[in-house]
Amino acid sequence: MSRAPSPKKARTALLAAGLLSASPALAQTSPADDIQRGAYLARAGDCVACHTTPGGKDMAGGLPFALPFGTIYSTNITPDAKTGIGTYRFEDFDRAMRKGVAADGRHLYPAMPYPSFAKLTEADMRALYAYFLKGVAPVDQPNRKNGVIWPLSMRWPLAIWDAGFAGKPFEADRTKDADWNRGAYLVEGLGHCGACHTPRGIGDQEKALDDRGALFLAGGPVVDGWIAPSLRGEAGTGLAGWNQQEIARLLKTGRTDHAAVFGSMTDVVRHSTQYLSDGDLQAIAKYLKSLPPTEDAPLARPVVADRTAAALRAGDLGRPGAAAYVDSCAACHRTDGMGYVGVFPRLAGNPAVLQKDPTALISVVLKGSTLPATAAAPSSFTMPPFGDRLSDQDAADIVNLIRNSWGNQAPPITDRDVKSVRGHMG
Amino acid sequence: MAAASPKPVDAVIVGFGWAGSILAMELTEAGLNVVALERGQNRDTYPDFAYPKVIDELTYAVRGKLFQNLSRETVTIRHAPGDRAVPYRQFGAFNPGDGVGGAGAHWSGVHFRITPDELRLRSHYEERYGKGFIPEGMTVQDHGVTYDELEPFFDKAEKVFGTSGKANNINGKIVGGGNHFEGPRSGEYPLPPLKNVYSAELFAKASTNLGYHPYPLPAANASGPYTNPYGAQMGPCNFCGYCGGFGCYMYSKASPNVNILPALRLKPNFELRANSHVLKVNLDGSGKRATGVTYVDAQGREIEQQADLVILSAFQFHNVRLMLLSGIGKPYDVASGEGTVGKNFAYQNMGTVKAFFGPDVHTNPFIGTGGGGQAIDDFNADNFDHGPLGFVGGSPCWVNQSGVKPIAGLALPEGTPKWGTTWKKAAKDYYAHTLSADSHGSNMSYRDCFLDLDPTYRDIHGQPLLRMTFDWKENDIKMTRYVVGKLTEILKSMSPKQVSVSVKKFGDHFDVRNYQTTHLVGGAIMGADPKTSAVNKFLQSWDVPNVFVIGSSAFPQGTGYNPTGMMAALAYFSAHAIRTDYLKNPGPLVPI
Repeated sequence: MSRAPSPKKARTALLAAGLLSASPALAQTSPADDIQRGAYLARAGDCVACHTTPGGKDMAGGLPFALPFGTIYSTNITPDAKTGIGTYRFEDFDRAMRKGVAADGRHLYPAMPYPSFAKLTEADMRALYAYFLKGVAPVDQPNRKNGVIWPLSMRWPLAIWDAGFAGKPFEADRTKDADWNRGAYLVEGLGHCGACHTPRGIGDQEKALDDRGALFLAGGPVVDGWIAPSLRGEAGTGLAGWNQQEIARLLKTGRTDHAAVFGSMTDVVRHSTQYLSDGDLQAIAKYLKSLPPTEDAPLARPVVADRTAAALRAGDLGRPGAAAYVDSCAACHRTDGMGYVGVFPRLAGNPAVLQKDPTALISVVLKGSTLPATAAAPSSFTMPPFGDRLSDQDAADIVNLIRNSWGNQAPPITDRDVKSVRGHMG
Repeated sequence: MAAASPKPVDAVIVGFGWAGSILAMELTEAGLNVVALERGQNRDTYPDFAYPKVIDELTYAVRGKLFQNLSRETVTIRHAPGDRAVPYRQFGAFNPGDGVGGAGAHWSGVHFRITPDELRLRSHYEERYGKGFIPEGMTVQDHGVTYDELEPFFDKAEKVFGTSGKANNINGKIVGGGNHFEGPRSGEYPLPPLKNVYSAELFAKASTNLGYHPYPLPAANASGPYTNPYGAQMGPCNFCGYCGGFGCYMYSKASPNVNILPALRLKPNFELRANSHVLKVNLDGSGKRATGVTYVDAQGREIEQQADLVILSAFQFHNVRLMLLSGIGKPYDVASGEGTVGKNFAYQNMGTVKAFFGPDVHTNPFIGTGGGGQAIDDFNADNFDHGPLGFVGGSPCWVNQSGVKPIAGLALPEGTPKWGTTWKKAAKDYYAHTLSADSHGSNMSYRDCFLDLDPTYRDIHGQPLLRMTFDWKENDIKMTRYVVGKLTEILKSMSPKQVSVSVKKFGDHFDVRNYQTTHLVGGAIMGADPKTSAVNKFLQSWDVPNVFVIGSSAFPQGTGYNPTGMMAALAYFSAHAIRTDYLKNPGPLVPI
């Protein structure tokens, strides 16, 4: 977008300064530049996603998060002096962003990914501060009281959590080039991709915060019936089959020739990644492609002989799920599971299909999915929900067929798995 | 009186079908603040057209869910000026659209241009056949615009619609494979033709054997995945057979909803207000300048929307009615033949021939696509010598198998009982072995076929209904009988067991119960002379130059081709003139 600073220039500047992770040279930025750059960084951080309610004023907070220990609400981060962060000094803002401590000394809940934001350079933090204090319209909207039950409502233990799991400033890897480092900085930092894509530990902390951890971005837990897959190099379930261009295109448009975003990632593309410069998207993709598969993962998908396409075309519908697949799925995804280039996703070899945990695929079948309308690809194609037409057994049969046809291999599911996902749909 | 007055805008658009969405996109691109008012509800592929609920013949084709709500407003119809007109209370002859996407959401997808000669129909016939050839009372006119002027806009519309087809003539060079008679095109279609169903194959083969020139019908049903110049995407058509009357669940049929709205919706200077029924265009004291429109919103409030530019882009006859209700232009007077608004109301003129084959010929009529098939133009427009025939006009002929659905019923050979064991046996024997072909003919305009305001009947808002005065004329029946005769020969040459012919007889009157296209035209016709046309070649009102009237209301007579492609090209042509000339210097684009 036009608001984006030229990342190429930015990287050149930082190379010249010998600061792989830093942003354009500090001395040359004007306050207006800072606000504009801060707006771009706020996009990269997708601040609006959590700090805005549907139909509400931008950054005024109030979005509920149903967490295991109760419901918490995001806060007003507009520069309103009474209800927002209008009285914050830079030091207050910096501390909240990096350490999760508000200006009044309250500890923030780690739904706010401050361990990731701790990676930010000071220049970027100052640009974000400039944007939030001067570029965002103030909104008078008091924060909602959190519904966390005692004793978890006591905030002092958070300080201990913070001490254990705090993030650290980004350190460039001098063995890698500037693009890789830019990508790492965005993914590990503002992008806070690990919030969804990294498995969580006993304290609900992300098990790794950067590429030095083998489980970084190795696939996250189920959230709201969706599961964020691994962004590492596993065959089948990860990004082994994806090239750098495809990753960048998915982030820009929400779709590639063979895949489409779904679940929470739809909002990430809509509010955040579509606005990133092509250079930043390529940097992110390059970085992600560099992450090796987790240790236990096979290096390549086994080749499986498969007769599904031939059977479906011949009208052989004896296999459970076959008739329902032909009736409800094949018009778009086709009897060979290949979809149509650019419009209807391929099911054969699709990581979303091959995940060990079938939750996301079941969710798509039951709830459907809508592509985000992006500037580069405005069509918000929608797969309709099939939950009202399929019994738990029907849906399980279809999911099993999809997961074990056209070369796909994934553990079988039962109607109980479908029932469980349906139960969470409310 | 208006209850509220929202912020004035640069342009207000009345009606959000193809014409409205094209103008909205063009004017928004030009930087104008644009508000579009659509009287029907908001509609999109999802949830409104989602599979499988949209595959419902009763809800859509029979009860007309996407059609105008006739209980709120309809038209009255009579055959001749002396008759008393009565309201059209059930869908039959035509199905005007309603809601976001308009008729563009429920059309079939046949996407033609126009033949170059038909743009100057009167001049062409007078030059080739002499001044006396066009009979007295037939008020056909030239459009006042040439094919070459329109070509870039035909091309643009095809690229936006993702049209599937095959060019024959590219910049005067015959490349073959398409329509032998077509005007020169600047390039190929954006997508290759749809696959032929078997009945289309049979028709093409039989036509070729008889020396005719079959070509694939140009269809705005995507033959493959497609991304249009706005970045909007289409999925490939799966030949499900639910096009005309339905919304498309596959994103395959071009519509304002699929091809334009996704990009338009992202523009901050555009707003679409559904459930907003425009009552009239407001004029200033001089009557020469529109100040905006008054509409009724979903809550029943009257709202005045001020605008510098007013675009009327409702269905053909609603454009005419809004002009009459608003006092734009001089109403047509049938007694004197003077006045222009309501003049030259015309239609189309179809005949159908069916061939019934034995059990070895599988036409499988449940397979279909709204715009696909094979056609010949040998008897369309002036592609054949009218001199000895003594009529004006013609028909393309085609097999356009668009999916035979259960309620519409099965065609069975003549003489088959309507029920009982014999009917059942015939249904079993013939359903999958029937081929249907149409002669999709032109309809000329006449002095006593026109639109005006009904003196008796009013709509739900208390405004007079529009009155149609229309009947079939000898010229057009002569034409359809001639062409249907040729079409019958083609079908007979396929050696079916039996052929049945449905064609008008001399003396037949317009019967509103029988569907035959919704291609109504005229009433706010374009032309070069303000005395005989309501709008100039840029579709600008001669009388109120900040009003443009976009639609098939501009056609001076009915052509054999389906009108949407021509209408879309005129919309882009008009928008181009607004963008390049009118906005710099608002005023008449053609001096009077």
